[in-house]
Amino acid sequence: MELTAKERMAIERHGMAEQPPDLRNRNFEEVPYGYTPEEAVAEAQRCLSCKKMPCVSGCPVEVPIPEFIALVAEKKFAEAARVIKTKNVLPAVCGRVCPQETQCEGVCVRGKKDIKEAVAVGNLERFVADYERENNLAEVPEIKNKNGLKVAVIGSGPSGLTVAGDLIKLGYEVTIYEAFHRGGGVLVYGIPEFRLPKKIVESEISALEDLGVKIYYNSVIGRLHKVDDLFNVLGFNAVYIGVGAGLPIFLNIPGNNFNGVFSANEYLTRSNLMKSYLFPQYRTPMIIGKKVAVLGGGNVAMDSARTAIRLGAEKVTIVYRRAREQMPARAAEAHHAEEEKIEFRLLSSPVEIFGNDEGWVTGMKCQRYELGEPDESGRQRPVPIEDSFFEFDCDQVLVSIGGEANPLITKTTPDMKTNKWGYIETDDWGRTSKKLVYAGGDIVTGAATVISAMGAGRMAAKAIHEDLMKESDETVTPDWW
Amino acid sequence: MYELVEKSEVFNVHEMVIDAPEIAHSIEAGQFVIVMGSENSERIPLTVSDWNTDTGTITLYVLETGMSTLELARMKVGDSLYAVTGPLGSPSEIRDYGTVVLGGGCYGIGAIYPIAKACREAGNKVISIIEARYSFMFYHEKELHAACDQVLYATSDGSKGKKGKVEDVITEMLEKGVKIDQAFFIGCTQMLERCSEATRPYNIPTKVALNSIMLDGTGMCGACRVSVGGETKFACVDGPEFDGHKVDWKELDQRKSAYTEQETVVYQSYSHGGEVPKVGSA
Ligand SMILES: Cc1cc2nc3c(=O)[nH]c(=O)nc-3n(C[C@H](O)[C@H](O)[C@H](O)COP(=O)(O)OP(=O)(O)OC[C@H]3O[C@@H](n4cnc5c(N)ncnc54)[C@H](O)[C@@H]3O)c2cc1C
Ligand SMILES: Cc1cc2nc3c(=O)[nH]c(=O)nc-3n(C[C@H](O)[C@H](O)[C@H](O)COP(=O)(O)OP(=O)(O)OC[C@H]3O[C@@H](n4cnc5c(N)ncnc54)[C@H](O)[C@@H]3O)c2cc1C
Ligand code: SF4
Ligand code: FES
Repeated sequence: MELTAKERMAIERHGMAEQPPDLRNRNFEEVPYGYTPEEAVAEAQRCLSCKKMPCVSGCPVEVPIPEFIALVAEKKFAEAARVIKTKNVLPAVCGRVCPQETQCEGVCVRGKKDIKEAVAVGNLERFVADYERENNLAEVPEIKNKNGLKVAVIGSGPSGLTVAGDLIKLGYEVTIYEAFHRGGGVLVYGIPEFRLPKKIVESEISALEDLGVKIYYNSVIGRLHKVDDLFNVLGFNAVYIGVGAGLPIFLNIPGNNFNGVFSANEYLTRSNLMKSYLFPQYRTPMIIGKKVAVLGGGNVAMDSARTAIRLGAEKVTIVYRRAREQMPARAAEAHHAEEEKIEFRLLSSPVEIFGNDEGWVTGMKCQRYELGEPDESGRQRPVPIEDSFFEFDCDQVLVSIGGEANPLITKTTPDMKTNKWGYIETDDWGRTSKKLVYAGGDIVTGAATVISAMGAGRMAAKAIHEDLMKESDETVTPDWW
Repeated sequence: MYELVEKSEVFNVHEMVIDAPEIAHSIEAGQFVIVMGSENSERIPLTVSDWNTDTGTITLYVLETGMSTLELARMKVGDSLYAVTGPLGSPSEIRDYGTVVLGGGCYGIGAIYPIAKACREAGNKVISIIEARYSFMFYHEKELHAACDQVLYATSDGSKGKKGKVEDVITEMLEKGVKIDQAFFIGCTQMLERCSEATRPYNIPTKVALNSIMLDGTGMCGACRVSVGGETKFACVDGPEFDGHKVDWKELDQRKSAYTEQETVVYQSYSHGGEVPKVGSA
């Protein structure tokens, strides 16, 4: 039954049912439950199939959004998932973590007046990907011709997984080297269970293994093997570097090394990867703060704050230098944090962390800021207000103000160019200055998004294929490429 | 992978020989691995004290001090460790210094061995000083003797070598006018500090292998941060060896005690035969 535009316009946006805040702040289970098939169909019927498809241009990897949504409206959920996967290999992840409000949904025609009225692209993406996974409907491509060429992928974050998936399907022998004992990168050690259940990442990884991708864990490249050894000793034909952003930074203020001051990386890794919220059954201990201060305003800060609440903090305060509207976190995360009674101290920045004689953090001193002239990015610059200091007590500080490039690989690969911040320089296709070495994701762009890391992996896989095919005369490119 | 192929114990220090051929091929003196006994384990750093590229094995000396080291101590030959990651850390700086003194206590008795070997190969005169409470607590002695020009002992009860500690032996040497061009120390924090204080008045260049709490071991988390000469360093990548005369010992000691409360309760119940209390489910 074909709906008219007017009928479509009359349907209101379907939110997802969620665990109520006072229940979820005590568990690590996912917050939104997901759509029912009926909700998904009804939401899909809101799409107007605009000719110009602004959403597709808004998506960093140009998922054919109206096309998959039309399939959802026809209840062809598995087909819809397949359409997404032509462009985005991790839809169950992206549906949950993409900043849709600044991408596809941000330019949706239906959201012009009020962004909250945009078609819920992310929710629909999540629904079809979950439907496909839970009902085992994913297509396992048949890999016909092995081409005998070997590619090493360093890092198993979203960019590395994408490269591995694309190349194995093209007939390459693909080996992933991962520093940790588990795969997924930030998806497993950074983003918490309540936002991205680990079983989703695990199923993506085992699907790759089923296709023949080999994964070596506990393998820190730069130490165990140098990039040159991957070619010379281990016989790889090309190497992809997707090692993420890496090093945490601390504010340059007194008191950083008191016990109870953590980088968000450490705090989240303990909780997510090491499952220290199940200590002592899982052996990695955790310090449970009562009054927790979180520094920063991005996704990492929201994840840290919301983890602290779940671990039993009485009060969690986010301290952020700019204003609420300028917070880089996904809208949904900031909203969920507020619902979970996390306090926001905006336009404030710490100048000192206090501690006691035993070396434990006891509080902090901050300075107030106001918004001044816009900077190059157009955002109003925060400027400190003189003599506007204030202090408050806290027994834990979680620092989530960004990171730096990890030099382990670049230092041991001196003939590969980096920029002045230590990130790897590449062309638009991920080619580095070193022959047959490619890079993408956060180690090239600095901390960014899952979808951009994935997109970079896609491009690099194409470049690797093109370059290696030039070197060998055989061509095995299948028609879907 | 990571099968335990040999194991022995000398008074609470467990020698573990582990199958890890790739690590054996790439490790250098002064580096360590991060180990997980089982899937639920903590990631703990352990110095690689010996390795054999022919058999593809690495040797660790594990001092049982808590839950995680106890779990390793209870493993049997034929068991496999869940994860062994390495080599990690910057290798020791090995050059022809002249005369090198290496001081080791507890797990350091084993851990100084590869540095001794490498220093000797680089042309140094190598003197090792090892300490223990009683004479029967020494281990790995034969190998150490073979790698050094001289091995000196210190025991708390005087049952072997000098009655006292490594720093007492060093002080005596320095007072006698023995020329030392470089010192390396590995052991517990208190020992590292005392030894550094002993070489300070004589301006002997002193490297200490710090043992701050670690998590990833790749520079990603900052758990291992230490203050050296007023600067924050990550021990797992910038170290573990640092200038012993510049380390902020008080801060290191405090940071190392961050989890003592939790760790002690669990260790006590577990080491007395009790099962680890279960909380929630995985
Ligand atoms: C807490 C947190 C929340 C976030 N939330 C969001 C969100 O909601 N939405 C969003 O779009 N983005 C989010 N991001 C950002 C996003 O996760 C990253 O941009 C993305 O994961 C980058 O992917 P990557 O493949 O480049 O690297 P990573 O995901 O960082 O993976 C790199 C992998 O390489 C491994 N590695 C590193 N060095 C070596 C080495 N020398 N040898 C072998 N392996 C190595 C690492 O262990 C890791 O597994 C978040 C990030 C964090 C930290
Ligand atoms: C670079 C380095 C090399 C080391 N080499 C050896 C070695 O060769 N042999 C050996 O026996 N020990 C070594 N250690 C120390 C060893 O890692 C700790 O003894 C071990 O982690 C204790 O764990 P536990 O659970 O048994 O004891 P716990 O009860 O947890 O703690 C006992 C002590 O170990 C420290 N510790 C606890 N957790 C960690 C951790 N994740 N990382 C580092 N220290 C921790 C604590 O500060 C405490 O002082 C090394 C440490 C470092 C940093
Ligand atoms: S990948 Fe992200 S941006 Fe693209 S359609 Fe899906 S949710 Fe929107
Ligand atoms: S252990 Fe994480 S940075 Fe050193």
